[in-house]
Amino acid sequence: MKKILTYFKPYKRQSLLGPLFKLLEATFELLVPFVVARIVDVGLGEFVEGKGYIYADKGYIGWMCALLALFGLLGLAFSVTAQYFSARAATGVSAGVRSDLFKKLQSLSYKDIDRMGEATMLTRMTSDVDKMQTGINLFLRLLLRSPFIVFGALVCACIIDPASFGVFGGAILVLAVVVYAVMFLCMPLYKKTQAKLDKVLLSTRENLTGARVLRAFCKEEDERNLFDERNGQLTKERKFVGGIAAITNPLTFVLVNLAIILLLYTCGIRVDGGTLTQGKVIALYNLMSQILIELIKLANLIVTVAKAVASAERIEAVLNMQPSLEIENETPTSAFTDDMIVFDHVSARYNEGAEDALSDISFTLKKGETLGVIGGTGSGKSTLVNLIPHFYDVREGRVFVNGRNVKNASVQNYLREKIGVVPQKAQLFKGTIRENLLWGRADATDEELWAAAKIAQADEFIRQKGGLDTPVEQGGKNFSGGQKQRLTVARALVRNPDILILDDSSSALDYATDAEMRRGIRELDTTVVIVSQRASSVREADKILVLDEGEAVGMGTHEELMQSCEVYREIYFSQYEKEEVNA
Amino acid sequence: MKRAKDPTRVRVQKPSTLKRILRYVMRYPFSLLGSLLLAVVTVVATLLVPVYFGDAVDCIVESGVKWETLYTIFLKIGVTIGVGGISQWLMSLCNNRISCHVVRDIREDAFDKLGRLPLQYIDTHSHGDTVSRIVADADQFSDGLLMGFTQFFTGVMTILGTIAFMLITNFKIGLVVVLVTPASLFVARFVANHTHKFFTEQTATRGEQTAFAEEAIWGLKTAQAFAHEDEHAQKFDEINARLEKATMNATFYSSLTNPSTRFINNLVYALVALLGAFDVAGGIFTVGGLTKFLSYANQYTKPFNEISGVITELKSAFVCASRIFELIDETEEVPDGGNEVLENVEGNVRLNDVSFSYSKDRKLIEDLSLSVRPGERVAIVGRTGSGKTTLINLLMRFYDVDGGQVCVEGKDVREITRNSLRKNYGMVLQETWLKNGTVRENLKMGKPEATDEEMIAAAKAAHAHGFIKRMEKGYNTVLGEGGSLSEGQKQLLCIARIMLTQPPMLILDEATSSIDTRTELKISDAFGKLMEGRTSFVVAHRLSTIIHSDCILVMQDGHVVEQGTHKELLAKDGAYAELYNGQFH
Repeated sequence: MKKILTYFKPYKRQSLLGPLFKLLEATFELLVPFVVARIVDVGLGEFVEGKGYIYADKGYIGWMCALLALFGLLGLAFSVTAQYFSARAATGVSAGVRSDLFKKLQSLSYKDIDRMGEATMLTRMTSDVDKMQTGINLFLRLLLRSPFIVFGALVCACIIDPASFGVFGGAILVLAVVVYAVMFLCMPLYKKTQAKLDKVLLSTRENLTGARVLRAFCKEEDERNLFDERNGQLTKERKFVGGIAAITNPLTFVLVNLAIILLLYTCGIRVDGGTLTQGKVIALYNLMSQILIELIKLANLIVTVAKAVASAERIEAVLNMQPSLEIENETPTSAFTDDMIVFDHVSARYNEGAEDALSDISFTLKKGETLGVIGGTGSGKSTLVNLIPHFYDVREGRVFVNGRNVKNASVQNYLREKIGVVPQKAQLFKGTIRENLLWGRADATDEELWAAAKIAQADEFIRQKGGLDTPVEQGGKNFSGGQKQRLTVARALVRNPDILILDDSSSALDYATDAEMRRGIRELDTTVVIVSQRASSVREADKILVLDEGEAVGMGTHEELMQSCEVYREIYFSQYEKEEVNA
Repeated sequence: MKRAKDPTRVRVQKPSTLKRILRYVMRYPFSLLGSLLLAVVTVVATLLVPVYFGDAVDCIVESGVKWETLYTIFLKIGVTIGVGGISQWLMSLCNNRISCHVVRDIREDAFDKLGRLPLQYIDTHSHGDTVSRIVADADQFSDGLLMGFTQFFTGVMTILGTIAFMLITNFKIGLVVVLVTPASLFVARFVANHTHKFFTEQTATRGEQTAFAEEAIWGLKTAQAFAHEDEHAQKFDEINARLEKATMNATFYSSLTNPSTRFINNLVYALVALLGAFDVAGGIFTVGGLTKFLSYANQYTKPFNEISGVITELKSAFVCASRIFELIDETEEVPDGGNEVLENVEGNVRLNDVSFSYSKDRKLIEDLSLSVRPGERVAIVGRTGSGKTTLINLLMRFYDVDGGQVCVEGKDVREITRNSLRKNYGMVLQETWLKNGTVRENLKMGKPEATDEEMIAAAKAAHAHGFIKRMEKGYNTVLGEGGSLSEGQKQLLCIARIMLTQPPMLILDEATSSIDTRTELKISDAFGKLMEGRTSFVVAHRLSTIIHSDCILVMQDGHVVEQGTHKELLAKDGAYAELYNGQFH
């Protein structure tokens, strides 16, 4: 909880003033029994057997009741102020947490994202923060107020009658234990329900994103059953923890009333002995009832607070995550060189238990050169290019970009800003075409955008669709696969990258368009890494790296590889033979 | 189109929301009845206790404590709190059960709806907002409902009970209290009515934020690759700031209810003290009676407080519920025309004068006719946006035609069940989609009863067995939606999935676009075998894969402009020839 507490700092004033005003309000509430005692003891005066309260001072009683009304008015003013401050603090703290949580999630490495899963990220961002917010608001408003009233009642009781401390103290202790026990029991259970909620979210989302496939396989029924099962589990957990929480209220009710019986009993003895007045007994009784009311409120809240704490812990777990990427802070020793990309005996794997996705790869690519990477599906091509911008860590060996180890802290900005990546999965974001292209470089002019679009062979359809302001729906749903690919290429080109990485980014393009695009890119003075399954796409590259099941089985120019590399020849003929035969 | 943007569309104040919630609640009549009866018991017990204590106080007088009476009273109190405590606990259990189950049912219905919404809805609505409705809104609703149940009934009954007791004990003061206190309800209503728009704004903004966060989280890798985190964070913070404001308004204004009603209650309390004390002085009333009365005044006003709190809570819950109901109310897919099940499919597919468009203002497919015989391989080529994928949408009946008809085995697809139609197709799309689950679950998606041997055979045929075996836990490896599989590997899994089901008809939309040609060549045998005797529709850019097709459709702007075999079309030297030659420039 430490981390979450730091978010209260900017709202220190509000978080203090909220409870403070609440306490002021509570103080006036605590004074009420005193006033009532005064009305009975002073206002009514002596009780005369047979005649009643003949010395009653009606004026005094009237003033005291006016005082009660005044207390009410002050209570209103204080309480509204308190509500304002605590709402301010709760919403402010939550907004801060949400904002940082979002930033934190964005700073996670690819590996962390793979491991954590997106569904739980989204529940934590939304449902958990909401629950925490409700909790904070209640906490500031009432959780401090309740103990204050309870202890305040204790103090008042001691002032009225020190001897009753035992009963009050004992009752409060027992009740504190009950409240704490419920909280202690429920918190881990609430955490579990939130984890079940992750699953419900996952099911829901999958049935939206995978609607086509699921319907094609007639899985609607199965999916419904799976959802019902997950939903049922969530309900079961909720019901269980709700059942436990439900006992708090009746238990406090019983305990406080037992305490009152005990109180009246002990008071009775002392009234009998003449050491206590009836007015004081009434006051003590009122104080005890006030404790009851307060504790019942508290019991209702404790559940909300337990939920909030459980959610806060889930949030904090994310905030405390250390991005798993290795970053070294040493000053780089080597100077910038002409060697743009160097792989030095690099091996990589995705999970500890898995086999190497890439093993012992070495090559050097000079500035302005083009590297073609070719190989079968799953041969490690994407893994290789993901290492260049340091999206993943290597298991062994070193990767240098622009003469520096990619692990080095000093090179991180360079990697993010001067490398243009076109990922395999063409992903666009809601907005306009212009907004999407500006991802490449925020200050690019329209001319630059159009120039990039032209090279990416996207200018024509952009114009057809209505220019740069054409809206892009979520996930780029209103564009075809080929159009999306061209837009993602344009997006990377907009930044005039030193290194351009094309990860199989023309798979949905026809050959002619693909060739045009490559021609345009060749004219740029950029170091290029092209991953492709098409021999034609890598044919003109200065160097071609042939991968097979994670290993380099060939390296050289097209001509060299045609001579020396069996795998390359196979790939080449798999594409050209057929087409040439049938041409 | 996006509901999140348009809070005015959230229909709330319609009484139907309440009625519909009640309809869900009524599914649990025993719990409901139990909750009501137990509420009566609980309230009676909680009301009796102060009466007894008042009597007890009356026994403790300076002139001598009446111990015998006191003990009897203590005993009565003991029994009462025992009964009250137990009934309260049981009541809470009932309420807990109702609220958990109602939310479960509503979620189920909402999810059920997802399966029956037309794809058009799913294609055009923000996924994040829908997720927000089923997850966050339902949660909020659940909390509100539980609170409502726990406090509303007991509250109302406490009020009624107290009024009765008070009128019996001291008619005059009782009447005063009864007349004054409703003012607090009036205040509560006033506040609730004015906070309603804040709640609507809050939930709508929350939906918007969820939608944005959803896109940003699932596109996180791309965002990182472009160092776009800051821009996303900025946009997020912008929405976040609006949400903060909306939440602040909703929270603060709704929280005004409690202090306002409490203020009125305090006035009532003062009034009771005044009148009561005067009556005691006048000898009509005892001190114990006054104690009782004051404690009533407290107990009486407390539920008013709670109810007013509950009203705001319920208001917010209703806003959430109405957002879920809105989803449940969406127009469903046209139901299956009949229960006729498509059987013994040989692969006769016919399109008669089909016309279709996604939006009324832009025509897409017009007067498309096509006849495919069993076992034929139909290739569909054409530039992007020419309607290839749309044709597949119509074949699978993801969308319904606007005019004309699609027939399989001579039957209009609208007259047979969707499931039986789709079961006869095997579909592999360019945009791979795998479930969050193990490799095994994904492969067996179309045929859960398949043995592992069959599954492995299919995986081998699709050349997926090799990399699956190399994965952390082989066929038991759990695939995330992100995962570390390449697009090509995912496509191989999708192909293996189809190889296992062996449906009579195939739809391959760029099914091998991310697979390298060497692997493609290796699996082409298996593919060839699979397609043998099966009617298949193939969309491909790599024209090499379709030259052996029985029929090639060349589409342009929703029309089939050329139709024929590879050789015939080349000879025509038209659109197809242009496309084909374009590959070798």
